[in-house]
Amino acid sequence: MTEPKGRREFMQLLGLGGVVFASGLAGACTSIPRKSGGPENDFFFVQLSDSHWGFSGPPNPEAANTLRQAVQAVNGLPVQPDFIVFTGDLTHTTDDENERRKRMREFKAIVANLKAPVQYYMPGEHDAALDEGKIYQENFGPTHYSFDHKGIHFAAIDNVSDPKSAIGDAQLDWLLADLKPLAADAPIVVFTHRPLFDLAPQWDWATRDGSKAIDLLQHWKNVTVFYGHIHQEHHFRTGAIEHHAAQSLIFPLPAPMSLPKKAPVPWDPMHPRRGLGFREISVDESRRVLTLKMDSLEGQGTAQSRTAVGTY
Amino acid sequence: MHGVRWKLAASLAAVLAIGTSDARAQEKVIKVTAEKFKFTSSVIELKVGQPVVLELTSLDRKHGFLVPDLKIDETIEPGKVTRVRIVPDKAGTFPFHCDAFCGSGHEDMTGEIVVKP
Repeated sequence: MTEPKGRREFMQLLGLGGVVFASGLAGACTSIPRKSGGPENDFFFVQLSDSHWGFSGPPNPEAANTLRQAVQAVNGLPVQPDFIVFTGDLTHTTDDENERRKRMREFKAIVANLKAPVQYYMPGEHDAALDEGKIYQENFGPTHYSFDHKGIHFAAIDNVSDPKSAIGDAQLDWLLADLKPLAADAPIVVFTHRPLFDLAPQWDWATRDGSKAIDLLQHWKNVTVFYGHIHQEHHFRTGAIEHHAAQSLIFPLPAPMSLPKKAPVPWDPMHPRRGLGFREISVDESRRVLTLKMDSLEGQGTAQSRTAVGTY
Repeated sequence: MHGVRWKLAASLAAVLAIGTSDARAQEKVIKVTAEKFKFTSSVIELKVGQPVVLELTSLDRKHGFLVPDLKIDETIEPGKVTRVRIVPDKAGTFPFHCDAFCGSGHEDMTGEIVVKP
């Protein structure tokens, strides 16, 4: 993996308990544009991921509280985001369909307390892979969709309802049709649950036909992908596309392929919420520069080490 | 066709082969069962150069058998036997896992192929 050059430079800590990362949408100029008119045209949104509501076990003995703490933390931001996106694994799976429905109802009841006016949800494999998204759709609607917000086009891609983690040609056709009207330099943000690239196929951290989606997205110059699934912050680049994974709200997982076998990072009673958090994404008025900041649920003093952006 | 002609993929494992039935009959067969949420056996020991056929069966539902390092990607359907021919050409340990999401213990459904010199 190599560290990027030019404008794709990391910025070190600004806030408490979080890391700030300046991420230019591909195709932007090599310096952060600062036009007159001030920051009033900026906006930000929040990414939450992988709450696994219903999970219980040693990796997080406080699992019944963690999602509520995250809601409280987001509600406590000085300014509320324009919207919140939740990138999958809202619930922890169970074979019992009634229990799965119950977990989704309970999840919805908790996130109903979020103050942010608009919320977008998408499934993880725990929500959708056992029934190809049936119960998820009963509760949250379509598993893939797009929307526009203040000059940016957002597309949510479902790479989990297929139990073998394929997006599928039908959805790829939809994605192409959805993006086709956009100019080549239009700013585009994509949400997925799994990484689209082969981060660690040995750990199931990949999308079966993710390369097709990446090939398709490469036709646009300004694409950034936000995803979950791997329960840790991670930054990677494939061509001009940046891919950013968020921390989870249940337990952290180790760095890709850093251990012989994937397993949750053991819970530390001295730091019960270490490695758990959510992401703020600020968009400047040019709509070409995103500033990413992970907020830890642990609060102050949890500065995370810098993470390099790898090159595909 | 005279003798046996093997067509080996560039990867460690070659699954495609054209050969006589005699040659096939001499190949070692290893039976592997899949069920929620384990493979039996979860450690498959092979030797470099020794062809084997894995016979994969499911005891309950659909599972996957993905060995990324060997480019083996199979689906194990209940009631069917999925056969995978492997000719290891180098030693090492190669993890595999179920890649057809099967429930709350899916992430634990893993194993490894150990190829000895």
